[in-house]
Amino acid sequence: MAAEYILEMKDITKRYGENTVLSNVSLKIRPGEIHALLGENGAGKSTLMNVLFGMPVIHATGGFSGEVLIDGEKTVIASPHDAMRKGIGMVHQEFMLIPGFTITENIKLNREITKPNILSRIFGSNLETLDMKEMSGDAREALDSVGMSIDEYTMVQGLPVGYMQFVEIAREIDKKGVKLLVFDEPTAVLTESEAGQLLKVMKDIAAKGIAIIFITHRLDEVINAADSITILRDGQFVTACETKDTNAVRLAEMMIGREGNDGEFSFVTAEPRTFGKDVPIALNITHLAVDMPGEMVKDASFQVHEGEIFGIGGLAGQGKIGIPNGIMGVCQAKGDVEFLGKKMTLNDARAALSSGMAMVSEDRRGVGLLLDESIEDNIVFNAMQIKGDFTRKFLGLTQRDTKAIRKHAENMIKELDIRCVSSLQHSGTLSGGNQQKVCIARALTMHPKMLFVSEPTRGIDIGAKKLVLETLVKLNRELGMTIVMVSSELMELRSICDNIAIVSEGRVVDILPVNASDADFGLAMSGIKPERGGEAHE
Amino acid sequence: MDKNKMREFARNNVVTMMFIILCAVCMVFSGYSPSYVMYELFGRLSRNMFIVLSLIIPIVAGMGINFAITTGAMAAQISCLLVLEWGISGIAGFGVAVLLTVPLATLFGWLIGKLFNKMKGQEMIGGLVIGYFANGLYQLLFLFIFDNIIPIKNPNLTIKGSTGIANTMDLSKDGGIAAALDKLWRLPFHQAVLVFAGIIALLLIFGYVKSHKKNQKRLGIQLVALAVVAVITQFGPVKELFAMVNVPMVTFGCVAVLCLFNVVIMRTKLGQQFRAVGQSGTVANASGINVNHVRIIAIVFSTVLAGWGQLIFVQNMGAFQTYGAHGQVGLYAGAAILVGGASVVRATNVQALLGTVLFHLMFILAPAAGKNLFGDAAIGEYFRVFLCYGVIAVALVMHAWSENARKKKAAAGEEK
Repeated sequence: MAAEYILEMKDITKRYGENTVLSNVSLKIRPGEIHALLGENGAGKSTLMNVLFGMPVIHATGGFSGEVLIDGEKTVIASPHDAMRKGIGMVHQEFMLIPGFTITENIKLNREITKPNILSRIFGSNLETLDMKEMSGDAREALDSVGMSIDEYTMVQGLPVGYMQFVEIAREIDKKGVKLLVFDEPTAVLTESEAGQLLKVMKDIAAKGIAIIFITHRLDEVINAADSITILRDGQFVTACETKDTNAVRLAEMMIGREGNDGEFSFVTAEPRTFGKDVPIALNITHLAVDMPGEMVKDASFQVHEGEIFGIGGLAGQGKIGIPNGIMGVCQAKGDVEFLGKKMTLNDARAALSSGMAMVSEDRRGVGLLLDESIEDNIVFNAMQIKGDFTRKFLGLTQRDTKAIRKHAENMIKELDIRCVSSLQHSGTLSGGNQQKVCIARALTMHPKMLFVSEPTRGIDIGAKKLVLETLVKLNRELGMTIVMVSSELMELRSICDNIAIVSEGRVVDILPVNASDADFGLAMSGIKPERGGEAHE
Repeated sequence: MDKNKMREFARNNVVTMMFIILCAVCMVFSGYSPSYVMYELFGRLSRNMFIVLSLIIPIVAGMGINFAITTGAMAAQISCLLVLEWGISGIAGFGVAVLLTVPLATLFGWLIGKLFNKMKGQEMIGGLVIGYFANGLYQLLFLFIFDNIIPIKNPNLTIKGSTGIANTMDLSKDGGIAAALDKLWRLPFHQAVLVFAGIIALLLIFGYVKSHKKNQKRLGIQLVALAVVAVITQFGPVKELFAMVNVPMVTFGCVAVLCLFNVVIMRTKLGQQFRAVGQSGTVANASGINVNHVRIIAIVFSTVLAGWGQLIFVQNMGAFQTYGAHGQVGLYAGAAILVGGASVVRATNVQALLGTVLFHLMFILAPAAGKNLFGDAAIGEYFRVFLCYGVIAVALVMHAWSENARKKKAAAGEEK
């Protein structure tokens, strides 16, 4: 008896400690349908898939509550291997292919067809000879079914990225008994025509009765390919609907939208301002490309006015974090950056710092802080190194001016409300929020004209978030400091920024005023430039 | 494009080319006659090639040069001692030693593999240090445990007037296994070439029959080339050149079998796993391969093979320094394979063989060249030791360098 749904996940709830990342989420998939799973970063998509695949990270953190039914039968998926045996396959976002192997070898990896030889009869089946002929036959068949004519003996190394994606799919199809395939952002690395072909292949696969879970942020593809859709937001189940009953704008709204003003940021607000033509440009960026692993920027151009709070938003991995890191010389960058009318030398962190830019890094523990040093040393470190502040000459040697350092650090601790025992406490022992404040204090010690803050509220509690955001607003309004804030939390950007650039796939899709609609932001995040009536904004 | 390719070729083979030039220079200044050099060279090749070949599997499995083959050599020497004590002589003794080496080296290899799995990415330095550390245990075993706890009855093996195993282990006395393998079947060089050419021809034809591609042209070219080589060595100056060489057929046969084994194993499921693990542990793991297990197997293979290699070495030498013979095995073998153009991530039989030839050519020529150039053989000796370490350092730096260049290129390609 065939069940109506090939996969049912009922009331899945998952907590990491106190933190609920999934609450009562359900997912139902019929055989042979393409089901899109939508949601922002942190909406719980990956956690849900981790539950589905029985990833060790789920079991190690206390498991989950709820039921998983495959073919109408309640099952427990113990491990990824178990999931594979039960007919669930995954097409990975990062390719799980071995570059030095041929396509055949990759498709058949660890499922090789072998035949016995003298050695294997003595020492066991591991020494059986590979039957390349049989293997290539199977590979050929799988490749044909994804519409690839490429020779199955070609090395994977040097294949175009799009081809690799198809090889990966061919491998999953070649596994016998696959009932459900999960595609995790499969089109992210493809060109438009390749993406089109991929969608076609997905439909072909679905037509054979294999169900597909399609995780993506490109709404147009969802509309184009999916039969039904589930939307998650903040670990909550928002809706499940048929594609034919909805459209891209509706979807974008449901992905982003938060009803009313009940968000945690309602207590920090800054009136957005508009900047006319007469306000001087502080930062002018043209065709910036940054080589930051996982956050590749391909072509970003935008301008920031003096005295503005400029937001950069977008989904994770799309390149928004790469922008400040490229400008500040942390990562390899190319392009033109003009700061206060002067052209900047790229790839030179020292030059960027001395020109009056400072950055609060998203990677507090890695790039941001010297964890085994005291708070005061961390605060003055850059200023001492770059500008020679807090030093004095003594016997012809440059010495630290301990007194001045102490005084300044204590000042900062008071002003930013850094909770610590003393200014000598090691910064590694502080909480995340307080570490962030130390980072801000250090950036401020440089007396920058412009401050980049990258993910300033990531991983810190609400009270600290409020304080950090308030500090930023205060710096901007009282000292006139220009601030560029990068954040995955759109609400946070919208609460204090004047204008927000949305980055998708390494490009600035659009620069939106804060009061643009949810749908506009949602569309921009999925890479579609929203059409706004007559509101030209360069 | 062509220029780029040449540059890349040069970069990949800079160590090999450097060595060829050095060997040529040394050859000129050494004053040795070519036929004498060949005689010396073949002697050294017969005893060293096997060990160098034992390094290939761990390199393919992504663990770099297994400097811990030193422990394989120790296993071989322990077996050797026991065989001498039991007085099993000749080829029978050698066979027993070979069998004894297997469990010992497997145990050592298994332990080392376990340890390597805890220090992924640091296997090479780890292997070196394990070698030094194991030497301490080895000394404890030979100085104290043997003869004191495990009685040794053969008086030739112990230190006179004290306890422990003697400094030198002489295999050539009665009941020894000196040259057990070598003297089974020896042929003058030109005849040996004929025998090997015949075997290779048979193998080629066998391969052709078995293969599904049936590349007649390739088979033809291979057979003709083989015939040409075989004929050339029978006449004139070439025959003269190798006149002094007397080939230990069985020893070289073992080397050939090991080469074949290295090829065949890569075509099995296990070999596929070695390669997969070597290229990407994450992907191999994702496809359900037990990465740690495969790595341990690779080290066990390598250690056992190195043990056998050391047995071949000592039976050829006829004696060995009980406390020193294993010391440099890992370094010399590692240097040799690097000289042949292998890197810490890629190695083939040909590179191992070529490397052994060049490395030992250097060993033969450098002291004489040093003596003629500087009036002192010690300076030549100095050069060859210096070169051995230099080669390893250069190879490692070259590897890091080309890896960086490759990464940069890949990044640039992606941006386009």
